[in-house]
Amino acid sequence: MKEVKICVGSSCHLKGSYRIIELAKDYIANNNIGDKVNLGAAFCLGHCTDGVTIKIDDEVICGVSPENFKEIFDEKLLKDLD
Amino acid sequence: MDKKNRKFDTKVQYLKYKVLREVAKHAWETDETERPVDTFSFFDDVAKKIVKDKPTMRCCIYKERAIVAERIKIAMGGDRNNPNVIEVIDIACDECPVGGYDVTEACRGCIAHRCEDVCRMGAITFDSHQKAHIDKSKCVNCGQCAKVCPYGAILEFKRPCERACKIGAISRATDTSSAAAHIDNDKCISCGACVYMCPFGAISDKSYIVDIINLLKGSENGKKYKVYAVVAPSISSQFTYAKLDQVVTAIKRLGFHSVVEAALGADMVAYKEAQELAEKGFLTSSCCPAFVMYIQKAFPTLNNNISHNLSPMAEIAKFIKEHDENSKIIFIGPCTAKKAEVQLDTVKPYIDYAMTFEELQAIFDSREIEVSELEGTMLDNASYYGRIFARCGGLSDAVAEALKEQGNEDFELSAISCDGIEECKRALMRASKNLLPNNFIEGMACVGGCIGGAGCLTHGEKNKAEVDKYGMLAHEKTITEAIGTFTQMDKSAGKKDKI
Repeated sequence: MKEVKICVGSSCHLKGSYRIIELAKDYIANNNIGDKVNLGAAFCLGHCTDGVTIKIDDEVICGVSPENFKEIFDEKLLKDLD
Repeated sequence: MDKKNRKFDTKVQYLKYKVLREVAKHAWETDETERPVDTFSFFDDVAKKIVKDKPTMRCCIYKERAIVAERIKIAMGGDRNNPNVIEVIDIACDECPVGGYDVTEACRGCIAHRCEDVCRMGAITFDSHQKAHIDKSKCVNCGQCAKVCPYGAILEFKRPCERACKIGAISRATDTSSAAAHIDNDKCISCGACVYMCPFGAISDKSYIVDIINLLKGSENGKKYKVYAVVAPSISSQFTYAKLDQVVTAIKRLGFHSVVEAALGADMVAYKEAQELAEKGFLTSSCCPAFVMYIQKAFPTLNNNISHNLSPMAEIAKFIKEHDENSKIIFIGPCTAKKAEVQLDTVKPYIDYAMTFEELQAIFDSREIEVSELEGTMLDNASYYGRIFARCGGLSDAVAEALKEQGNEDFELSAISCDGIEECKRALMRASKNLLPNNFIEGMACVGGCIGGAGCLTHGEKNKAEVDKYGMLAHEKTITEAIGTFTQMDKSAGKKDKI
């Protein structure tokens, strides 16, 4: 089971974490990995100046945007699940 | 007055603050386990620090110190056997006279005798100097004589606490040994009106700052567990000497992991409450714990009409706990009744402790944090509507907006915003007799709404404007936008439960 936390604290919220959550939900559905991933929210992961921050298990990833989203999730999430 | 003093409305608040600050300092410095050993010397030291060598408040320094000791006790949690979070300090009560209406020295012995004419009970008599007197056996305390006296010579001698308590929960103790104020716990709604009004500071809300500080210390800067601060929107009008984003930084300096707006919970509640209202047809609001408690105690027949939603504080805390199981959550607001709300079985699982802005100021100063010199930290989770919950009428605006956003145009909202428990009482009275034309009662126990709360640092006239200004600054302009992120997450949380 993979733990994915998306920061919804003030800073990430303003930088568009809502969009990332939508993308993550779609991604999980499209790849049919809903039973292997726990998607949740976090209030502040402590990287407020580095863009939207997410955490996959223990790894913190900053600066997630709709542009690099797929690359990050393919690399950090899907690869480990295969 | 020194610099610190100006943060408060009255010297009573300042006195209470000094005790809280010393208790907080002590809590940071001592290990929980060694506390019992030096309790006595701690009480003694603080009492001597606050009461120096000359009396300034009471007959002698020894009484003053004894009262400080009682204040320390309340600052450390108060009487554990008393379920009420509001407590009377017997020895601090001045036992003010309770004589009702009386003629004072200002009576000139005039010829008009308006007082006599207006009195329907025939209670006014005149002595050989033509001065008026009130026959107490006839007087019914209607107050008409006081209204018509051109000199304002007739006054009502009523205790400030009794005057403040519009629901009659406080009175002179009935046992003969003491004439001090007594709170009827069956009636009291813990709103704190008497706490703020007592000129001798003889009534106080219990404080849990020692527990809060121990929780912060125990988290080891978020390593063991994270402590979240949920702040009420009225915070925007409170720390007038600093910017709100500096206050957020200061809170984090204390060891809080993150500061979250209760206003986001308000957005969530407004959305749900609008749905519930459309479904049920008549509803009273769930936000103000004192208002909810008042209905339960005084209008039990309306119990079913109380919104089943949690308060905004509990709603957002529930969300945080669902996503961080080990989290600890502290509510910071203007409210003494919240301290009672967090003890309810329905709320206890989500909020660990509640504290007031007064207490927050004391904790800042116990750590010597100069708020106005700090860098700011952004605070933005909620919408305009969630933020204006802090003032009277805000909740009704938000519910109207939510109905609109939900496309529920058919439902016609007729809200009545009651500000102060007296107005609430009038609306509830009519509702209980099916005479209220409205279908939604927004009830707030404090005059003006939360910005008039007993735990506020200031009760200034500009506070409403400050709250509106803060609301306008919200990035999200609609409720749906603000809670979008969270309803998305709610669904995933639901899924998580199934697995």
